[in-house]
Amino acid sequence: MTRPILDVENLHIRYGGAPTDAVRGVSFTLGRERLGIVGESGSGKSTVGRGLLRLLPSAKITADKMRFEDVELLSLTEEQMLGVRGRRMSMILQDPKFSLNPIRKVGDQVAETYLRHFKCSRKDALQKAIAMLEAVKIRDPERVCEQYPHEISGGMGQRVMIAMMLLADPDVVIADEPTSALDVTVRLQVLNILDGLVRDRGIGLIMISHDLNLVRNFCDRVLIMYAGRVVETLAARDLDKAQHPYTRGLIAAQPRIGGARAPLAVLDRRPEWLEEVSR
Amino acid sequence: MSTRRPSMQGALGQIGTILVTLLGLLVLTFIIGRMMPADPVRAMVGEDATRETYEQVFRSLGLDRPLWEQFFYYLGDVLTGNFGTSIRTGQPVIQDILHVMPATMELATFAILIGAGLGVPMGVIAAVNKDRWPDHLVRVLSLFGHSMPIFWTGMIALIVLYAKLDLVGGSGRMDQFYIGLVPETTGFLLIDSLLAGEMDVFWSAVNHLILPASLLGYSSSAYITRMTRSFMLDQLGQEYITTARVKGLSKHQTIWRHAFVNIRVQLVTIVALAYGSLLEGAVLIETVFAWPGFGQYLTSNLIIGDMNAVMTCVLIVGVIFIALNLLSDMLYRLFDPRTR
Repeated sequence: MTRPILDVENLHIRYGGAPTDAVRGVSFTLGRERLGIVGESGSGKSTVGRGLLRLLPSAKITADKMRFEDVELLSLTEEQMLGVRGRRMSMILQDPKFSLNPIRKVGDQVAETYLRHFKCSRKDALQKAIAMLEAVKIRDPERVCEQYPHEISGGMGQRVMIAMMLLADPDVVIADEPTSALDVTVRLQVLNILDGLVRDRGIGLIMISHDLNLVRNFCDRVLIMYAGRVVETLAARDLDKAQHPYTRGLIAAQPRIGGARAPLAVLDRRPEWLEEVSR
Repeated sequence: MSTRRPSMQGALGQIGTILVTLLGLLVLTFIIGRMMPADPVRAMVGEDATRETYEQVFRSLGLDRPLWEQFFYYLGDVLTGNFGTSIRTGQPVIQDILHVMPATMELATFAILIGAGLGVPMGVIAAVNKDRWPDHLVRVLSLFGHSMPIFWTGMIALIVLYAKLDLVGGSGRMDQFYIGLVPETTGFLLIDSLLAGEMDVFWSAVNHLILPASLLGYSSSAYITRMTRSFMLDQLGQEYITTARVKGLSKHQTIWRHAFVNIRVQLVTIVALAYGSLLEGAVLIETVFAWPGFGQYLTSNLIIGDMNAVMTCVLIVGVIFIALNLLSDMLYRLFDPRTR
């Protein structure tokens, strides 16, 4: 097996002023694969994603190792970090209604990623943006470029977001609940587009989600997080064979169409799981 | 979606609103004029006039007619540009006001330029460095600007900067020596002196303008700073800021290209309102600096009960605010695609 793109060991993140760590001792590696991170709200999965890009201004991030390709992310200056963000590692945010700037044209916002990292004219960057919008299956991209975020639909907005984040051809993309804000009917469409692009370009994808079925279908491996720790790591297809009681609890708490109409199992959370060493 | 028809309707609706507001304003000024405990007849004929003279003037002013009829006369007068004659100066009121307004506009314009030029960047700096020392410093400075009585800072500044250090000009719009040297074409001394090619007068005017304008500017910057800070904090917490950072934009680019462009609309509104209240007349500073402006004019006429002048002044203040609101509405459309 080749060296992983991302190698994280014993990652701790603490928000400024918080009494405890939000992420405590998370370790994982990422190759050219699709890695799912699943957990409840507040389990620290988004914090891990944002921590990797060092986007948390008030938080203290420590780790034994946070290697990305040939660089140690934690030893980079903020200036050097700017060259990593968007260019080599980017992130797709949850809700295009909030994650796109409301008063700037779509094309302008997408092209900005390219302009930021490559020396070229505005016109060339806009051409790149149009090509990328075409790649995320937006019809009539020239017209969409001239529109503002409030004029396009949620599904389209999220495809714009994907285009914006893949435009500079990064090696790793973190998708933070990329379809949670979308209508169920367009979810699959957006996911398929993202999946296709990630596979074609050999991008390492970290998919942060609370949706077990989504992760099962779109990821190779899954990390299960509980209270800032990884409690279990397993192949996505083996999700049903999970050993850890927390993972089993999560699976049991899922409603199924056609399943028994009995009340769903209540999720059991035990403090002693925090003391276990993961893996 | 913007099509032609709704925006046309919007424009018509806006004109309608303005007309109704203006009518309401006229009713208000009329009522103020009639309700004030001042006797316009007595002010005209003097204390020693006979009863006959008094009655005659009373009738000639139309005061014997019913109130609603008087209002329509007033409305007709205003619409034909007749605002009455000032009792004090014997000149048409509008002519007096055209004489004092440029002085105030000059002062207010410089003050708002200083106020916004100081307040907006300070607010942005404070928001970006929230809870760190630049934020605390800015907050203390704006608290001072907000709470210091301007007549007091005005006098202290005059004593120190003019009387003791002689860095700036004293009271009035220019040095005594230059008064009457430049013909009044526009009424704006800075422009008139340039037109006449009198550079000495120009610099004297600048020298006299700088202190009162700075003081007014500082006091309005206090408000502008606080509002800018809170608008910015609002925007910096938004998710699209994270997007901008994920793209690899620097702090500077994120702040100015993404957050700041989103507060322009709100800024325009508060700066326009601040400008409006400066135009309305900074009575205190005009008094301290013997600035022959609108604020002084209004106050002195209020005191002697020259109602034609007072009513017209109130009307003008109203019109200024309507115009500024209209202007900021138009700038909204320019700055925010969602309102188009």
